[in-house]
Amino acid sequence: MKIAVCVKHVPEGNAKIDPSTKRLDRAGEGALNHFDANAVEEALRVKGDSDTEVVVVSLGPARAADSLRKALAMGADRAVLISDEAAAGSDLVATSKLLAAALEKESADLVLFGQQASDSDGAVLWAAVAERLRRPVVSQAAELSVAEGSLKVKRQTEFGYDVIESPLPAVVAVSDAINEPRYPSLKGIMGAKKKPFDTLSLADIGVDAGDAGEPGSKTEVLGLSDPPSRGDARKIEDDGNAAQAILDFLAEKRLV
Amino acid sequence: MSILVFLEHHGNELQKGALGVLTKAASLGDSDVAAVLVGGGVKALASEAGTFGAGKVFVADDDAFEPPLPQARVDVLAKIVQEHGYETVLIANSVLAADIAAGLAARLDAGLNWDLVDITGDWVGKRPALQDSVYVDVGWKSTPRIALFRAGSFDASATGGGEPEIVDVSAELSDHSQQARVTGQELEEASGKSIEDADVIVAGGRGLGAPENFSLAEELARALGGAVGATRAVVDAGWYPYAAQIGQTGKVVSPKLYVALGISGAIQHKVGMQSSNVIVSINKDANAPIFEFSDLGVVGDVHEIVPKLTELIKQRKG
Repeated sequence: MKIAVCVKHVPEGNAKIDPSTKRLDRAGEGALNHFDANAVEEALRVKGDSDTEVVVVSLGPARAADSLRKALAMGADRAVLISDEAAAGSDLVATSKLLAAALEKESADLVLFGQQASDSDGAVLWAAVAERLRRPVVSQAAELSVAEGSLKVKRQTEFGYDVIESPLPAVVAVSDAINEPRYPSLKGIMGAKKKPFDTLSLADIGVDAGDAGEPGSKTEVLGLSDPPSRGDARKIEDDGNAAQAILDFLAEKRLV
Repeated sequence: MSILVFLEHHGNELQKGALGVLTKAASLGDSDVAAVLVGGGVKALASEAGTFGAGKVFVADDDAFEPPLPQARVDVLAKIVQEHGYETVLIANSVLAADIAAGLAARLDAGLNWDLVDITGDWVGKRPALQDSVYVDVGWKSTPRIALFRAGSFDASATGGGEPEIVDVSAELSDHSQQARVTGQELEEASGKSIEDADVIVAGGRGLGAPENFSLAEELARALGGAVGATRAVVDAGWYPYAAQIGQTGKVVSPKLYVALGISGAIQHKVGMQSSNVIVSINKDANAPIFEFSDLGVVGDVHEIVPKLTELIKQRKG
């Protein structure tokens, strides 16, 4: 079996938007999106001692290699980085096209995603990728089991849990409640350097530059503004009358 | 202008978030506003959409649509958008709806802007980004436009519209839309109202001290006519069900009043509730971050203050 895990390299610390490009400033230090570590962990758990191959796939600048190396150090077998100047600034529709093109070449039985990107808060990409691959998709997987040719997922929803079964190949986005990602061991970190690592251009995955980056995007950022302010905040210490003070406040706001 | 709104339902109820988006759509000018309802045995729910501003409701009523799975719904929405030329599709976020929105975007090769809290009639969306520290104005370069809205962005209010035109639709399902099956469900009916539908939320965190102290939150919520929420820490600790979890990995809510009991206000929780209209917090720790974004912060012991407050509110309401 082959499992592909899509991962994102995200800025570390306080990310900023560059006012000139209106894109996220990706020049600083970065790290593996921690929600994607859950997806890598789940792939490794499903793999266990079997001969299943775990491939990690990322779209990003050259330094996204750091995050792929981390996934390799955790235990993934091989990495694929789609990196091309012309891909910078790709929105959801363009990104899904690029990732799907790379995944099409891998023809994995199972494609895994983490539940969201910690930089953009995007939490939808898998469904667009699944649609392009024409595969079934299940998101918010709190439990995953894979048997011969099929999978079973416990999906967390607003209303409780759904048990969903699907044949493979399929696309699954895991919830961060699904597992506790391992830390790479020293041996894993050393071993990661020798694992196969391919860097692919748009031409390598057969996507025209016009379908990537800003030309391939259907959405745009128009401007940035400050969030609305909360106005006057009041803070009081309880002197025994706090309950009355809260009630008065709620009455003043016409909330009781 | 023509706008299509996806109307999510659960059981026999249209979801308030979807009705809020429909209300917003109807307020965007003299446009053709239609809603789409997909499920098994859902036709009876369609007429309610008229009250919230839908002139027309497309209904795909078939047992095949009974399981709450996204891909068959993409088939239906794509067909309606293509056949009727809708320019804009507005969707209220949920676990199901997010997957529908992104699947539809890929199917139609259409732009999707997500996590929006507002939209204007000339199609500029507002998206809070980077832990809501900046608001980004986003647009679409072509039609159809797809927008996914953060839960609670708009109030659902009856606009006084009449009976909508009901249009039955069917769609040929794609092969990949028919692969996944729901083989079981465990519904956690949280006691009382669901947090998405509540105007008032009383949420509890670690500072409540013990699972049984959630009764403080429940009693205050009952007195205020609200619902109970919880932080990730207490849900992970098994004190309260996941359905009540508010935050980055739970629900994002914006009620009229949010009361935070013993919640420190970690960023994980903050992003789930900071767009609430009024925030009142009680915490022992005077340095808790929650006080930085509370309208009224009270430094004190929840075990002392909350029972008194509940009693005062009950007295006031008589």
